[in-house]
Amino acid sequence: MATSSLKGQKKRSSLIINGVLILICLIWLTPTLGVFITSFRDSQDIFNSGWWAVFPHKADGDIGELILEDDIDVDGQIIIEGTSATFEEWREGVVLPDGRKLTWYGNKRSRKITISEEGWVGFASNLTLDNYKDVITGKEISFTDAGGNEIIRKGNNLGGAFLNSIAVAVPATVIPILIAAFAAFGFSWLKFPGRDLFFTMIVAILVVPLQISLVPILQDYTKLDLNGTFLGIWLAHTGFGLPLATYLLFNYISTLPRELLEAAYIDGASNFTIFIRLILPLSVPALASFAIFQFLWVWNDYLVSLVFLGEKTRVITYALASIVGEKGQDWHLLTSGAFISMLLPLAVFFALQRYFVRGMLAGSVKG
Amino acid sequence: METPQKDSSALTTLGRILLSFLVSIATFWGLWQVFLFLRDSDAPQLVIILVAILWGVGGVALLFVVLNWFVEQLPGEWGRKLQPFVFIGPAVAIMAWYLIIPVFRTLILSFKGPLGQEWIGTGWAIFNNYKFAFTDRIMLETFRNNLLWMVFGTALSVSFGLLVAVLADRSKFEPIYKAIIFMPMAISFVGAGVIWKFVYTYRGVGVGIQEIGLLNAIVIALGWESQPWLSLPPWNNFFLIIIMVWLQTGFAMVIISSAIKGIPDELLESARIDGATEVQAFFGITVPYIKGTLLTVTTTIVIFSLKLFDIVRVMTGGNNGTNVIANEFYLQRFTYGNTGRASAIAIILLIAVVPVIVYNLREFNKDRRAF
Repeated sequence: MATSSLKGQKKRSSLIINGVLILICLIWLTPTLGVFITSFRDSQDIFNSGWWAVFPHKADGDIGELILEDDIDVDGQIIIEGTSATFEEWREGVVLPDGRKLTWYGNKRSRKITISEEGWVGFASNLTLDNYKDVITGKEISFTDAGGNEIIRKGNNLGGAFLNSIAVAVPATVIPILIAAFAAFGFSWLKFPGRDLFFTMIVAILVVPLQISLVPILQDYTKLDLNGTFLGIWLAHTGFGLPLATYLLFNYISTLPRELLEAAYIDGASNFTIFIRLILPLSVPALASFAIFQFLWVWNDYLVSLVFLGEKTRVITYALASIVGEKGQDWHLLTSGAFISMLLPLAVFFALQRYFVRGMLAGSVKG
Repeated sequence: METPQKDSSALTTLGRILLSFLVSIATFWGLWQVFLFLRDSDAPQLVIILVAILWGVGGVALLFVVLNWFVEQLPGEWGRKLQPFVFIGPAVAIMAWYLIIPVFRTLILSFKGPLGQEWIGTGWAIFNNYKFAFTDRIMLETFRNNLLWMVFGTALSVSFGLLVAVLADRSKFEPIYKAIIFMPMAISFVGAGVIWKFVYTYRGVGVGIQEIGLLNAIVIALGWESQPWLSLPPWNNFFLIIIMVWLQTGFAMVIISSAIKGIPDELLESARIDGATEVQAFFGITVPYIKGTLLTVTTTIVIFSLKLFDIVRVMTGGNNGTNVIANEFYLQRFTYGNTGRASAIAIILLIAVVPVIVYNLREFNKDRRAF
């Protein structure tokens, strides 16, 4: 008896636990799901119904219309199909006893009434890839807006911004890692004056907010004509990423077994050879962890690219933010744009989640 | 007999040094030429990007190789003394340029006028930018809002993270739940801004107008009226904070979860045998055991919310009473063109994290590990 009730209790608590978790996960997923679905919907449909309308649901479907005779007085009570109501009520829609719904169309003079009936609507079938096409291209695009008007304008060229983001993010990930790995090796295995002082400084600037650098570095960039250049943004991301990178890699490299290096020194290898042939291959897990971290950080960064690249070299976050600013109601472009911007980081994230988590556990405070 | 030999070897050494020096200069020059090409050419975007990636990644590797080669050409003693600086030099130089020296330059700028040229005043007036920062109505509003972000954003992220970590630890499907909660970490704040702007979107009252935002649709289904959520001070701040909670809970969860895995099973087991309820075991054993981790996570998220910029910038631009310090910094520098005030705001942000810096240094001196 006792064990079975214990088992029952366990089952019940497991049910509650999973229930709560599923609820939280649903809440977490729904906003993204909404954007995902909307990105495939027709630009006008988006405004006529919420994105949840793509799922089967009950809705009013038009089954016909009727025109009122000219002699019916439209002021006061109007009797249609045996039911009496005011014009305002008719306009809101009145459900007849037989289940049909009558709705006055337009103003009083139209005298037109649409008849609809509630019924089941299946999965939406008019999904489209046009939104993606429109937001990627930099050429002219045309679409129908909420009011049914045909809009023609220049595309947002998110494709170009995507490529720029790659050109920013790949070197801005590799460069700091390389520089940090060299430094971490130097700090953990070489002796030189000022070693402790330099390293203490790195620990001190781990959490310095990067706002502190923006004003003076921008002055330098203006003098050196580095604004809007790839080199400028790589260096900036390198500068802001280096403290954490050096610190993390130091923690890893300094724990490598000492005998390994001593054997290599005895064989007459130089520091440089040891670093390239021995240390780098051994540090791959730590390098990978930080690489993912830095890549996601750079790809998703808005502030640094806003300040140092701006309109000159638009990266994906910048391009997306400017759609929000200029065309805040063009949900077909915003949602597809948002998804394009999330594509690569999500892929990297799910493919390499294990490394990412490891990097985060090692420390993740960053300016 | 000995002298000429020594002379010739000294000469070859000198020649080698000169040669390696020339090679280093040539390398720099070559890299600079590619930079000029990248900056000024009208080549197709794809070409530029490929060249840029190769140049950026290869260039750094090349610089290290050449620098090291140069140092190895130096006579014995010199080479050995200089070599460590080949390894740490680039890192230290870049960090000095980008983070250490800017602290002092920004400090000086914070006492200067809008253009950063002349001092803002004499005597006490030298603190005018700080006086502005601590008395201006908008600035006070940003302080209040950042306080809201720090208190509610952090508390909610850490509590949700803790809740999910503890619950998922007892479920077979732990990896799935955790991946879902963690996923927003891969999304940019701008992307998250779009996602949540869509949740909060408001179309107003009128015939035939459908609310397409999830929140307003729910509100209407419950029989209330739809609301322009993002322009309702002070509540709009909380609607923005929810976005940060959505993004940061995953971070808190992962770190806390790994700490929970470190609790010895016997500890919890024996507590249960002693008749402790789950809630008692949670507060009596789990929480005390992971106290350090909770502190670390809390500190990290507090710092994060202090510097928060993107969400506010994208969602409201700081309008309708949602401004935050980092956005005001941006506005002062780039919209109003006031370098002095922007610098003072940056210094205030720095001062706010000083306690964490001190803590980090103290921990580091204790066992060579900051968090």
